[in-house]
Amino acid sequence: MSRYRAPAGQGPAGQAPAAPAKAPPLLRAEGLVKTHHGEGAPARAVRGVDLTVSRGEFVAVTGPSGAGKSTLLHLLGGLQRPDAGSIWFDGTCLDSYGESQWAVLRRRRIGIVFQFFNLVSNLTVADNVELPALLAGGSPKGARADRAELLAELGLEGKERSMPGELSGGEQQRVALARALVNHPDLLLADEPAGSLDSRGTREVLRLLSRFHGRGQTIVLVTHDARMASAADRVISFFDGRIADDAALGADGPGVRRRGKGVAGVLELKD
Amino acid sequence: MRLPLLALLAAGPAHGYELKQALEKLLGAAYPQPNVGQIYVTLGRLEKSGLIEGEDVEQSARPNKRIYRLTDAGREAVRAWFEEPTDEPRVRDEFFMKLAIAPQTGLADQIALINKQRRQYLNTMRELSRLAAAEDRDNRVAQLLIEGAMLHLQADLDWLERCQEELE
Repeated sequence: MSRYRAPAGQGPAGQAPAAPAKAPPLLRAEGLVKTHHGEGAPARAVRGVDLTVSRGEFVAVTGPSGAGKSTLLHLLGGLQRPDAGSIWFDGTCLDSYGESQWAVLRRRRIGIVFQFFNLVSNLTVADNVELPALLAGGSPKGARADRAELLAELGLEGKERSMPGELSGGEQQRVALARALVNHPDLLLADEPAGSLDSRGTREVLRLLSRFHGRGQTIVLVTHDARMASAADRVISFFDGRIADDAALGADGPGVRRRGKGVAGVLELKD
Repeated sequence: MRLPLLALLAAGPAHGYELKQALEKLLGAAYPQPNVGQIYVTLGRLEKSGLIEGEDVEQSARPNKRIYRLTDAGREAVRAWFEEPTDEPRVRDEFFMKLAIAPQTGLADQIALINKQRRQYLNTMRELSRLAAAEDRDNRVAQLLIEGAMLHLQADLDWLERCQEELE
């Protein structure tokens, strides 16, 4: 049994946990606004977003490029600050958090993976993964053990001493995933994690995200790829800085009406 | 069903149930299973039109089974099938009609139509991902069938996105 399962108190695969009624949502945002001031006209990337993510949920945010979905993710991870609006993490309001407090929060409770991996290029694979564990105050022995277990889980055994540049894109993203998960974060944010991978690498990342989600990992994934999005329990369609639709997938929840022949209809070969 | 059955018979004579099994094996569990009755009806029609000929084979303690073989005309029909390029898939014309006509009816909102359609596609995409995971990895034909369906759906979703960008 892997130790990389749900942080305590979470429900089984994909289920909203049967949490006590008072437990706050893991993540809540209200009235988020962010405008980028570049050289041209100001770009209103996020224009008033309310969002709640419960523990154990796998939420995909999808939409055309330039819709502001990556900016939204950056706001949720504290990589950018909103012009207006508030964010609560596990019931704590983060409005007053400064850079260092956000850094600590990301180190301990929010893991992030990016499109271009952002590994430290002059550190080995093993060091890339152990570093956040050590920074979070873990013992070197514990960090090594966690690293070894995660790399094995992600199919990277034998790559410990490799440098990131020696790995394929898919492998680098798996190292980035290991680094993001080594401190057992409550929340994993993924910003186009397969955006620079081929279809095989994409499938691999998707399989791993689904596996961790199956163990209770809460995930917010930004993607323009509908195939990735459809692995989530919930898909938010983001257009022009706003949430255009927020749909539960899978179970016949409210708003999900199946009609027609569905999957059989699209697979049937016709004369 | 006509031409795929004819084409299967190009490999050698077979009876109806064998053809059903051959299709299942080739296309995998994901493919909506052809109904055996439908296969027999199609074979009957193919025989009437002279593309195949059947011969009853006696079986001990069981009803006769009819074994079909391609005629020369049938072989020619299969060749012609391979010779012709296949028609393009069509744009979702019924949905497009709804989208185009909705504003003047005052009965539906275009963005709501798009959102509803997207949910439908995403759910189907999800089912396809499950099918792909459940299907035998080594059955490349079956995997390609599912992947093709996913890519089509992806294109439809991209197109919905374009509609939303234009109409919002």
